[in-house]
Amino acid sequence: MTDFAADPLEPSGTALGPVSSVAVAVAARATPAPWRLLVRKLTFLAGAAILVFWIVCAVFGHAIAPYNPLAQQLLSANAAPSGAHWFGTDPLGRDVLSRVIVGARSILIIAPLATILGTILGTALGLAMGYFGGSFDLLSSRFVEAVLALPSFIVAFLFLVAVGPSTVTLIVIIGLVFTPLIARTVRAAVLAERHLDYLSAARLLGENPPRVMFAEILPNVMPAILVEFTVRLGYAVFTVATLSFLGFGVQPPTPDWGADIAADYANLTAGYWWQVLFPAFAIASLVVAVNLITDSIEQVLAS
Amino acid sequence: MATFLLKRLGLMIFTLFILSLIVFFAGEVLPGDPGRAILGNLASQSAVQALDHQLGVDRPLITQYLGWIGGLLHGNLGESYTYQAAVEPFVRAALINSLKLAALAFVIVVPLGIIGGVIAALHAGRPVDRVISVTGLSLTTVPEFVSGIVLIVVFGVALKVLPVTAAAGAGASPGSQFKHLILPAIPLVFILFGYIARMARAGTIEALNSDYTRTAVLKGLPQATVIRRHVLRNSLLPTITVIATQTGYLIGGLVVVETLFNYQGIGNLIFKAAQAKDFPMLEAGILVIGVVYVLATLAADLLLIALNPRLRTEVGHD
Repeated sequence: MTDFAADPLEPSGTALGPVSSVAVAVAARATPAPWRLLVRKLTFLAGAAILVFWIVCAVFGHAIAPYNPLAQQLLSANAAPSGAHWFGTDPLGRDVLSRVIVGARSILIIAPLATILGTILGTALGLAMGYFGGSFDLLSSRFVEAVLALPSFIVAFLFLVAVGPSTVTLIVIIGLVFTPLIARTVRAAVLAERHLDYLSAARLLGENPPRVMFAEILPNVMPAILVEFTVRLGYAVFTVATLSFLGFGVQPPTPDWGADIAADYANLTAGYWWQVLFPAFAIASLVVAVNLITDSIEQVLAS
Repeated sequence: MATFLLKRLGLMIFTLFILSLIVFFAGEVLPGDPGRAILGNLASQSAVQALDHQLGVDRPLITQYLGWIGGLLHGNLGESYTYQAAVEPFVRAALINSLKLAALAFVIVVPLGIIGGVIAALHAGRPVDRVISVTGLSLTTVPEFVSGIVLIVVFGVALKVLPVTAAAGAGASPGSQFKHLILPAIPLVFILFGYIARMARAGTIEALNSDYTRTAVLKGLPQATVIRRHVLRNSLLPTITVIATQTGYLIGGLVVVETLFNYQGIGNLIFKAAQAKDFPMLEAGILVIGVVYVLATLAADLLLIALNPRLRTEVGHD
């Protein structure tokens, strides 16, 4: 490598070219790009496959489903799984398989939107807390700490009761509950950046605070935000499913896994297990898939 | 240490203050007119106004809040819309039932989680570790009502070995009560197992890599003694904190589990009150849960200080 630099005839600009590209190539061989490590992980591939399956169901559900998920056939109500109805039928004679397929839509809309809202608000708050510091940070930190010491699920529940269930309410309330958690993570990441030279340079150049926060700091704390986003997404799926089961999500007759379980679980003692077991497996597979992905990303970034 | 304790106490009081503001705002202000809620749509506007005046909800918010919080501090939790009676006895009975369920879940999960985490740590990176870690992660992330449904189908409907409702009936023997509580406790165990096992695993791995463990091995102590006397003692500290912080999730889980198994606990009380829009009952239930949660967190801090002498000096400088 010294050959390039030592050659006095070679203009320094082109000399640096090959050296740096060699260095990059060596570095790339030693530690492959994170996504390359990711696609080698079995847990990540399994999680991604399940997630993609449910996304396809959410987008093309009505085209894939063998029956109209709302069509009632009272003569074949509570039918056990058979060739005609693979997952059986519910008390109104609706096809359980079709309802499970189409039911992917509501949870896959609400959970990511709530997580995105919480991430945007939390990132803005965390950036401001970490960047401004001082009494603003002290006050917000105490507030965040106090809110985090509350049982958040119960608080979200109270607000849902007070405001009344709707998709928008669900998204806003879950997003607000996530905000302090995400703010804490982002603040910690910003504090690590705060005294680095590029920030002093930006300030000396006279950049205004919003520009420093969003154009300079934000790109550098992005990995921490991405990990936090995937972790929260797992919790969001969990929370949305649970709140739907309690009756605060999508309202009947729209197909929804949690709401369908709530509607039919009283029939378990009559032996109609297929009406609730299949939506239950659907929820379980989705949350496990999201968490396998999150766990793999965390492991790859930590290594 | 005194500074640390004062800080924790201060934070606790501030948290409870915020909780009271949230509950007051969501329970007393957001739902709108209580006079209209009690009298219904057909009542005349003057009757509603008269009742509002009698209830004191036409006063300024600050006055209302101070009156409300003053009542709470005197132990007056309010009167249920549904039962037309003080909510306190209902909340007390429900809390005791919930504590039974939560205690059973903890008694099962704490040893199980610690053993699982330690076994995973001793086999770190090997298949046993992967199986325990992935199983724990998966169980932790599945909502309680989902695992509860599977348990009901398997043990209640297919095998018919356990009762599918948690209520054992009045005057049931402790043995029968216990039998009815097993199925509802298991979904809570599933949720907590992953967290506890994960912390126990991380703590054990750290302790295994430490100098004092190496010294203990090199001086010829048997492996079992090294693990019991040197590794476990140090690895369990973070686990205790996580056990306390999981109380919040446990309480959230109680709403679901008690609803699914129809058990008369605080979660079921909140759910029924929410359905009936019985706000005084709902507020009382949520306040009680919040206080229990905050106290559990404080207890974890104190326990941690008691168990780890180093913290008594270190945290003081925090």
